[in-house]
Amino acid sequence: MNGSGSTTRSRQSARGALTTLVTWVLVLVFFFPVFWMVLNGFKPESLASSVNPTFIFKPVTEGYQLAMDRGMAGYLQNSLTAAVIATIISVALAIPAAYALSIRRVKNVENSLSFFISTRFMPLAAIVLPLFMIFKTVGLLDNIYMLAIVYGAMNLPVTVWMMRSFFLEVPYEIIEAARVDGAGMFREIVRIVLPLVLPGVAAAALISFIFAWNEYFLALLLTSSAARTTPPFLGSFVDGRGQFLAVLSAAATIAALPVIIAGWAAQKQLVRGLSMGAIK
Amino acid sequence: MTTTTTTSQPSELEDVRASTATDKRRVQRTELWRNRGLLLPAVIFLILLTQIPFLTTIGFSLTKWNLLYPNDRAFAGFDNYTSALTSGDLWPSIRATVLITAFSVTLAVLFGLLFAVLLDRPFRGRALARTLMITPFLIMPAAASLIWKYSMFDTNIGMLNWVFRSLHLPVVAWSTEHPMATVVIVLTWQFTPFMMLILLAGLQGQDKGILEAAQVDGAGTWRTFTWITLPHLRMYIEIGVLLGSVIILQVFDPIAILTKGTGGTKTLAYLLYERAFIGLDVGQAAAYGVVTVVLTIIVATIALKSVFKVFMAGGSR
Repeated sequence: MNGSGSTTRSRQSARGALTTLVTWVLVLVFFFPVFWMVLNGFKPESLASSVNPTFIFKPVTEGYQLAMDRGMAGYLQNSLTAAVIATIISVALAIPAAYALSIRRVKNVENSLSFFISTRFMPLAAIVLPLFMIFKTVGLLDNIYMLAIVYGAMNLPVTVWMMRSFFLEVPYEIIEAARVDGAGMFREIVRIVLPLVLPGVAAAALISFIFAWNEYFLALLLTSSAARTTPPFLGSFVDGRGQFLAVLSAAATIAALPVIIAGWAAQKQLVRGLSMGAIK
Repeated sequence: MTTTTTTSQPSELEDVRASTATDKRRVQRTELWRNRGLLLPAVIFLILLTQIPFLTTIGFSLTKWNLLYPNDRAFAGFDNYTSALTSGDLWPSIRATVLITAFSVTLAVLFGLLFAVLLDRPFRGRALARTLMITPFLIMPAAASLIWKYSMFDTNIGMLNWVFRSLHLPVVAWSTEHPMATVVIVLTWQFTPFMMLILLAGLQGQDKGILEAAQVDGAGTWRTFTWITLPHLRMYIEIGVLLGSVIILQVFDPIAILTKGTGGTKTLAYLLYERAFIGLDVGQAAAYGVVTVVLTIIVATIALKSVFKVFMAGGSR
């Protein structure tokens, strides 16, 4: 009895170890393109673009220097401006809206929520032509602030839904107590509710930043040079005549890094943002 | 004297009662407007930047308007739609959009489920494995497509072809020989973490007691999974599929970077881009924009329903 128990146990642990091994192999294969990108960014160009891959080499920052020499800083600056302003806009507008949709309970909450979600599902392709024409007519094409405002609208529905899911978790008794104490609505939001939902606001802001930073379609169409952001700029590292994989990898690493760090930091809240608050 | 005071008392009371009632109503009305005031800025902002532009797109789509001939602009009725159908651009594009979405979402759900199950069980370094796994979703999509195109798919320096060569298999020119697969691989890679996160949340929300009871009753791992875990995950799979579909239906970046719409990968978003910004045909492009919305509405209607079901069940006060 004892003996057979320990053999099944050891068989189980052997199976567990095997599953763990398979898990790691799969995860590493899946992660490989990212690893390869980072590695190639630190190679001299001749090594990065060689037919046979090199894994061990003396790292150099050539690729990064070249990326910066091509003026990447300006594009990163534009991306940052667009993403930060878009985040401020969507958070500033979403806080009162989410508050009204959770704690205040406006009439027809469902209708308002459908309005927001249907806007989220509106393809960018369906709105880009008029925006392009209007911006062109008033001379605001290739203007980073206009792109930021459009991104703000793009992110607002997600921010509202996500924040609402956090606001709903605020215990009603706390709000009632504040109201009994005669706190006005503004004070109720700023002093009572916001401190409690701060992690939610931060997560919503992060999600909004990620979407704006990574956006390509609108950036390609609504900007051309002065306001061009990083995603459409990356393609310019592709050189039809020479080798470019090291510099492209370095540039891609720089471009992807802010969001990767933000996403890793917000891992726990990520699923909530992606499901618009539906899954906690 | 006494009689007059006694008769006047009730009427005074009524007066007071009546005035508090109107006060209450007034308070309620100001309350209502205050709540609307909280909501209005967000709603107005969205109407200005999304609803009005969309209505304008519909207007454009009913117009004959090519930027090459700016003076030849006129109402065209449904001409742009009929020519979309007859020119033979529309159906292949709808087909490409639907196929790319269907393949990528299905594969991402399957891989996402696999990784969710593997990363749900405790093992050494699980947190690190999860962190690595979510990275493909976080990478800037334009960067991801470029990296895949040159460091993975390339016929000379791509890693996939290096593996093929090492195994003495013929080299594959991915983006020209298998354009659809190329796009689907990159999208699947990017969206697997998305599905994994959603399904992982589902697995973590599972009642461990039921699983143990099933084990005690002698249900094997596989039967426990198919009979208990999968039905439990259904709701999460639905949310993942529908949110993923709505996003991938709009897909543009990998098409623009990997295939430029060749070989049956010209999605609606890319077709619109080509017509508007290369062909300069605003009217025709707008019609494609409207078709994209119709296609999205079909998917989103289903999406709304199930997301709502979950959301309302978990969060109404």
